Amino acid sequence: MHSSGTHGGSHVSSEFRSGDMVLCRHGDTARPGTYITGRDGMAVIKLDSGYNIGVSPSEISLVKRPEITSSPPVTVTQDENLPHLSIVSTGGTIASRIDYRTGAVTSQFDAEDILRAIPRLVTIGHYRARKLCTILSENMTPAIWKELAEAVYQEIRCGSAGVIVTHGTDTMAYSAAALSFMIDTPVPVIFVGSQRSADRPSSDNTVNALCSASAAVSDLGEVAVVMHGTTSDDSCSIHRGTRVRKMHSSRRDAFQSTGIPPIGRVRYPSLEVELGDAAIRRGKQEPSIASSLEERCGLLYSYPGMPVNAVTSFSGYKGLVIAGTGLGHVSTSLIPPVMGLIEEGTMVVMTSQCLHGRVCDRVYDTGRDLIKAGVIEGEDTLPEVALVKLMWVLGNTKDPEHASTMMRSSLKGECGGRSL
Amino acid sequence: MIDYEQLGLKAGIEIHQQLNTRTKLFCQCPTHLRKFDEHDKEFFRYLRATESELGEIDAAAKEEMKHERMFCYYGYDTTCLVEYDEEPPSPLNKEALELSCIIACLLGMTPIEQIHTMRKLVIDGSNTSGFQRTALIAVDGTLPNGGKIETICLEEEAAQRVEGDTFSLDRLGIPLVEITTSPCMKTPEEVRQMAGYLGMVLRSTGRVKRGLGTIRQDINISIREGARVEIKGVQDLDLIAEMVDREVRRQNCLVEIRDELLKRGASVNCLPADVTGLFTSTSSTILKKARQILAVRLPGFTGFVGREIQPGRRLGSEISDYAKKCGVGGIFHTDELPAYGITAGEVESLRNYLKSGPDECIVLVAGDKTKASCAAQQVIRRAESALKGVPEETRKMLEGGSTSYMRPLPGAARMYPETDVFPVRIDPQWYAGLPVPELLVDKAERFIRDLSLDPALASQLASSEQVFLFERAVAEGITPLLAARTLLSSVKELARSGSDVSCLSDDDILMVLKAVEDGRAAKEAVPAILEKVTAGMAVRDAVAECAPEVSRGRLEDIVRTIVQDRHEFVKEKGMGALGPLMGIVMAEVRGSVDGKLVSQVLKQEISRHLSATAPGDKV
Repeated sequence: MHSSGTHGGSHVSSEFRSGDMVLCRHGDTARPGTYITGRDGMAVIKLDSGYNIGVSPSEISLVKRPEITSSPPVTVTQDENLPHLSIVSTGGTIASRIDYRTGAVTSQFDAEDILRAIPRLVTIGHYRARKLCTILSENMTPAIWKELAEAVYQEIRCGSAGVIVTHGTDTMAYSAAALSFMIDTPVPVIFVGSQRSADRPSSDNTVNALCSASAAVSDLGEVAVVMHGTTSDDSCSIHRGTRVRKMHSSRRDAFQSTGIPPIGRVRYPSLEVELGDAAIRRGKQEPSIASSLEERCGLLYSYPGMPVNAVTSFSGYKGLVIAGTGLGHVSTSLIPPVMGLIEEGTMVVMTSQCLHGRVCDRVYDTGRDLIKAGVIEGEDTLPEVALVKLMWVLGNTKDPEHASTMMRSSLKGECGGRSL
Repeated sequence: MIDYEQLGLKAGIEIHQQLNTRTKLFCQCPTHLRKFDEHDKEFFRYLRATESELGEIDAAAKEEMKHERMFCYYGYDTTCLVEYDEEPPSPLNKEALELSCIIACLLGMTPIEQIHTMRKLVIDGSNTSGFQRTALIAVDGTLPNGGKIETICLEEEAAQRVEGDTFSLDRLGIPLVEITTSPCMKTPEEVRQMAGYLGMVLRSTGRVKRGLGTIRQDINISIREGARVEIKGVQDLDLIAEMVDREVRRQNCLVEIRDELLKRGASVNCLPADVTGLFTSTSSTILKKARQILAVRLPGFTGFVGREIQPGRRLGSEISDYAKKCGVGGIFHTDELPAYGITAGEVESLRNYLKSGPDECIVLVAGDKTKASCAAQQVIRRAESALKGVPEETRKMLEGGSTSYMRPLPGAARMYPETDVFPVRIDPQWYAGLPVPELLVDKAERFIRDLSLDPALASQLASSEQVFLFERAVAEGITPLLAARTLLSSVKELARSGSDVSCLSDDDILMVLKAVEDGRAAKEAVPAILEKVTAGMAVRDAVAECAPEVSRGRLEDIVRTIVQDRHEFVKEKGMGALGPLMGIVMAEVRGSVDGKLVSQVLKQEISRHLSATAPGDKV
């Protein structure tokens, strides 16, 4: 299991423990309170009114150290007759709670906590929870994608009617793309998270989790992301795992499909699922897994004035995706080093930082020179998706010709011949 | 007359005052209110109670959750993602923090070493996030009655209710200070006085919002045999004493009802009976369309449920308020039946069916199954507390000063740390060096003493929003009386006559006053000049138009001509012509010369004219 590396903050070693009843001298009076934590040289005390204040540790004295009592966990009763679903949790805001050490929100709930927090879930399915890791999604790695793919595949093999993967939103789209390439699934594999932390009454976690469960029992048969469709609590969009991107740092409807419309929608509160024609239906694919990845691949965001060594620093990589400007360009001065990389055996794929639209290196001179140099046009594949795809393609074939053909064709709906 | 002391009245105040800062507490949006129809965004959300950091759910939040509600929100071009709960908050507004510390200084309070912003769970829809951000700033101040001020907190204002479950987000996030006193007040009048004092201290900063809705009082009241009740949102100072008085009566009535119920051996039957079948052909529309009708039996309660405990409020109103939390419209009880379409025959068959005696009061709730059973439980809960006396509650004020039930008193479990805002250290030196303003009561005394204003005018000025502009005007050399009159009367009259005085800047007003002070305009011309300025004219042009400059020589010419033209009249009236001619001269110079000067010149001219035309002289 992986554990979270949380954000910094100096921990005060002190004689007090969280939960200690203390007296806190302040103003004219000594106030009773509960010692919460020490942070930045101050003791954080919760007063009886519920307010927290920071005071100098010298101002507090211990009254009593209460016995640690843990209340019996509320057991969740599930209905055996409902579709059997699996929840694979990786952490993220859908299940997060304050960390007293840093005062910041971290992910630390297990999947059963989600059922306790969102009771309506048990009206949709019968859940089996599996905690893969508890990490912030910025700490996700290709190695964990592999573990995740294997875990999800196992759940499918064990007869799960649908798999829900709880995931932090930062890199959810990368993971969804990775699983899209690694697994063929006959059942829905739904990635879900929340943009506004689960510890707030307005969190989007409830709507997202319920909609994802509903999508997991639906007629869908592919890897998808299910997140808020609008700023209102009215519906979630179902996005194809290879076409989705986090397009806003904080909004509920941050996840957007690019290149194609969402493949479906779940209404809230009715939880009705509508699937588009493009959505792959349940049972259409035989389950299989190919989880090898070539991790020596990189992603380079081109910009005016980018020095040559930005390109040459990828020397030795097996693959490089460039997020080029416009139709898929880099400065003319960078064409020789790109050519050098390709000659050394690095596969270079061009995508566009415009995100919307197709790469076409046949229009302008620099584009033509790039094609001449051996750069592969990534069509309308998103740059991050192209990176994940390149890792997967190079991890699964040693034949450069075959790899190049695969990069040019749509494997999991990540690119298409028609721009809509 | 109630003997408050004998009943053991204890009251405390929680005062909420909006601060007039440039931006909101946790975002860069302006702090001004909008008209509802200017909104350009609408969205809706559901809110759910969440656990506190100690793993509990607040009682007040649980109550709001009984009935899931969808809330609709209005957004404007003056609101942003922070109000929509779509973006983490910015750091705590420094201007608001400084101002709340200044208020703490004025009240002699001790600041907290390190301030932590908290989330106070409020899931009635008035906050998009489901909580109100609040921070404890300082503790331990003193009131003039010797009572203690417990805390001052800096909070964000909630959204304003448009109607029902629709809220407007223009108000959400405006900084406000919450000052909480100890329960140190013993009469309604004392509560009014202390609320007035705190309001005066807040206004002394010159940096708080003014006008309706910008200051609200919550009052905590208990009597010895009663319980602590918090009454929310008292806006009108004049109603405070009435409201306190009515609450004392209510608590006292509830105590009396309890004593009588106990004497009668009254009880609450905890098993509601399904009586849906009895009302299949009723003419009560509410009962007819209800999926389920439940009856709660209250043996010994007859006569008490319908008993008045406050003007317009009965014990039945209290029970009804509890039931409404489940989404039902209200209750029916046998103390008020037959009525509302329910016949005497139906009441009788109800009593027969339940085999209930005449001293048993029956309460009916109706709705779908979930709502009806939730409402029945609420009725049982409230009836049980009638046997104990006064329940602890949060209540809201109704028109006239009576109150209705809102929710249970919130506890510490509603507080959760705001993880998105860093704590702020208060530097003791910075706090000690804060500029502490003069209290308005001290200002009024100083105006009387140093500026020779009469006491009524001085106190009117001190309680006026214009007091700071008045002081600035006097500091810049304007005669105090002129400044006071202009600011208190002229501007107000302009507004009354329909001019938009909001576009009148302080600088505009000062320029006009200076023109008078320098003799470029007469004080009589001030209203006319200001009117032109409100209509969009530059001050200089308005002065020139209303009061073209008239030199002493030109004035003498005008006066001479007027006197000569009215030779006969002057001769006949002598100095008595002064009054009538004043009007004519003033009209001629159109207010550009001070009346005193006109009078002086005219007097000279008349007397010269009279002596020149004295008998014997040649004409």
